Amino acid sequence: MTRGEWRNLRIGLGFSSLWIVGLGVFTLYPVAASLFYSFCDYSILQRPVWAGMENFSTMLGDDVFWISLKNTLIFAGFSVPMGLAVSLSLALLLNHEVRGRAVYRTIFYLPSIVPIVASSMLWMWIFNGQYGVLNWVIGPLFRLWGDSPPAWLGDPAWSKPALILMSLWGVGNSTIIYLAGLQDVPKEYYESASIDGASSWQRLRYITIPMISPVIYFNLIMGIIGSLQVFTQVFVMTGGTDGAPARSTLFYALYLFSTAFYDLRMGYASAMAWVLFLLIAGLTWIATRAARRRIHYSG
Amino acid sequence: MRALASTLLLQTTRDRSTSGRRLIIGLFILLAGLFVSACRPDQPADGRVRIVYWEKWTGTEGAAVQEVVDRFNSLQDRIYVEYLAVSQVDRKTIVATAGGDPPDVAGIWAAQVATFADNNALTPLEDFIEADGTSVDEFLSRYMPVYADMCLFDGRVFALPSTPATIALHWNKTLFREAGLDPERPPRTLAELDEYARRLTKRDPDTGEITQIGFLPQEPGWWPWAFFGWFGGSLFDEEGEVSIGSDPHNLTAMEWVRSYTEEYGLDDITRFTSGFGGFASPQFGFFSRRVAMVFQGVWFDNYMSQFSPGLDYGAAPWPEAGGGTTEGPFAIADADILIIPRGTSHPKEAWEFVKYLNSVNPKAETKAELGGMELLCLLQAKNSPMHDWSPYFLRAHPHPYIGVFRELASSPGVVHLPMVGIWQEYDREITTMFDRIRLLDTTPNAGLAYTHTRITGTWNRHRKSMQRQRSAAAKAARKLPGTDRSKPNPSQIE
Repeated sequence: MTRGEWRNLRIGLGFSSLWIVGLGVFTLYPVAASLFYSFCDYSILQRPVWAGMENFSTMLGDDVFWISLKNTLIFAGFSVPMGLAVSLSLALLLNHEVRGRAVYRTIFYLPSIVPIVASSMLWMWIFNGQYGVLNWVIGPLFRLWGDSPPAWLGDPAWSKPALILMSLWGVGNSTIIYLAGLQDVPKEYYESASIDGASSWQRLRYITIPMISPVIYFNLIMGIIGSLQVFTQVFVMTGGTDGAPARSTLFYALYLFSTAFYDLRMGYASAMAWVLFLLIAGLTWIATRAARRRIHYSG
Repeated sequence: MRALASTLLLQTTRDRSTSGRRLIIGLFILLAGLFVSACRPDQPADGRVRIVYWEKWTGTEGAAVQEVVDRFNSLQDRIYVEYLAVSQVDRKTIVATAGGDPPDVAGIWAAQVATFADNNALTPLEDFIEADGTSVDEFLSRYMPVYADMCLFDGRVFALPSTPATIALHWNKTLFREAGLDPERPPRTLAELDEYARRLTKRDPDTGEITQIGFLPQEPGWWPWAFFGWFGGSLFDEEGEVSIGSDPHNLTAMEWVRSYTEEYGLDDITRFTSGFGGFASPQFGFFSRRVAMVFQGVWFDNYMSQFSPGLDYGAAPWPEAGGGTTEGPFAIADADILIIPRGTSHPKEAWEFVKYLNSVNPKAETKAELGGMELLCLLQAKNSPMHDWSPYFLRAHPHPYIGVFRELASSPGVVHLPMVGIWQEYDREITTMFDRIRLLDTTPNAGLAYTHTRITGTWNRHRKSMQRQRSAAAKAARKLPGTDRSKPNPSQIE
């Protein structure tokens, strides 16, 4: 390396030093420390004491851990595909040349910029079993069969469906990403397909979907990561970390949080965090493997 | 700023590499300066020691505590207390204590004293008490026993109350009148409670849906653990082992919980209660006059005047259900608790403030003469935890039924939550079991057996963990003589 290069390197490092320090102190160190703590008996307030694999073996026999994992996977299993379908459908609609398109786009994006605590409070009212607007709308349907509409958050059988339904409210972000992807699809493909007599379903199936497959893949991965970490809305709407009613909404992140900060079992919580990390990494890997042959990168 | 400006100006006059280095150094100095000034606590200009007091209260309760703090600040010129309302004060205190920079005084809940104390996070207060020339027993004898007991853990004083609470049965007199019941006579036995509940329940004549209910164990269901003691049961036996599944009274309690669902119907109850709003809202069952009787604390009156002004209600002891003693009825007490976290920089000054908040003047005839405790309890409309109440406190107290709460707190049958480090887990497990039983998702027998097994495991794990911490600390002390063991140091492990 010449003197000039050395100098450039020093200056470059100097300018990026704040970021490097920030990354080290606020990201790398906590990540490394949590890996270490996951093998310790650690209460935050006392020194960590090495416990080997104890936290991980405890987890295997911890019913509540498995309940939280099951709830989370059910939530993710429904909310991710439904979110993908709804946001893609919205994006396809919003991609049409209609009057006031910008207004529609703004309206559908608006929920994404509402603070999550505020929207949770709003949804608590929507889900209110007696006075909620949702039951006001669907109540007549249920009454046709002589049944009454669900109590949503008050009923263990309906609390998870309620949260899944609510998760669709925040599809604005992925809709915008889909829209960007849709605008990238060259118009000529549609033109030639039309000339060949392709129907609109065929154009969607054989042109649009393959062309935006990288975007679908991206939204799928982000959806998996986000839904496995669901926390805030449940914490607000079910009043804490109990996963009320009867642990039907006890999600993984909620159990992790109460273990760490109520029970002061930071070692166990760190172990849970690493298991979650491995789970997300594993699911992402599976998604990547499965999608490999189905994704078409143009250009 | 001048250093930065001159560094920037130098760039035009000197060699670029030198000025570049100076710029970077200048920036670093500026940032370091900002960092150091942000970390250094501000000292009031008058040379007082400034201590920081973290609390949970905002709104009118926050204004009340601020008034007491202001009075303390005006009564002496050595210490200045800064009151900070902090959300999730318990967890923030834990993190701040672990980080070595805790507040000087923190207001948490009695439920957490054992957890904090187990983890060596609290400053014991006996030395301070004795340094003031009082014995610990003498100092604590000023409090009603149930509140003094909540401050103790392993025989040591780790906390003192800020404001206490007792839980009583509240009933809506108007609904009693409408149901043809004597509005001045609350139920006195469990059988009466169930009977009144039946008579106070109304259904829509067309649809059969519940429109008003007399009583429900889950409304609001904040203290399901108290039902065991109410029925004469226990959560720990005399040997200190978990007894939730082995005490037969507990089964009776849970069968009673289940009987409400069976009587009124699961779907009907779920539909009816799903329309209720949160506690601090006019849609709360009792405030919206759809629930006639609830168990609530001394603070309920404050909320009532805010969310349902004019509601004609009464407060009474818990109906007789088998708990309590022959000398006094069953009740539960709870308290907001003051602690001095370990590692504060001004523990003595913190103690002075805690002591002021726990001071009483039993002869006070005016507001100005009140001690810190009665002033705070008066402003927050709560009962005082002290044996002796001053004439002014009794006379000026805004709560119409404060006498009931005083009577319950001093009853020999009053209990508080168990002071154990696993209480939060135990409580959560009980709440889940309670939910499952009332939702007919499990039977009382199976629910209790499951909770018993799970909490026994938790209790064993906790004791093993405490033992491990103790031996690790002892080992570290042998290895590093003279080191301060009180401050946790994550970088050292055993």
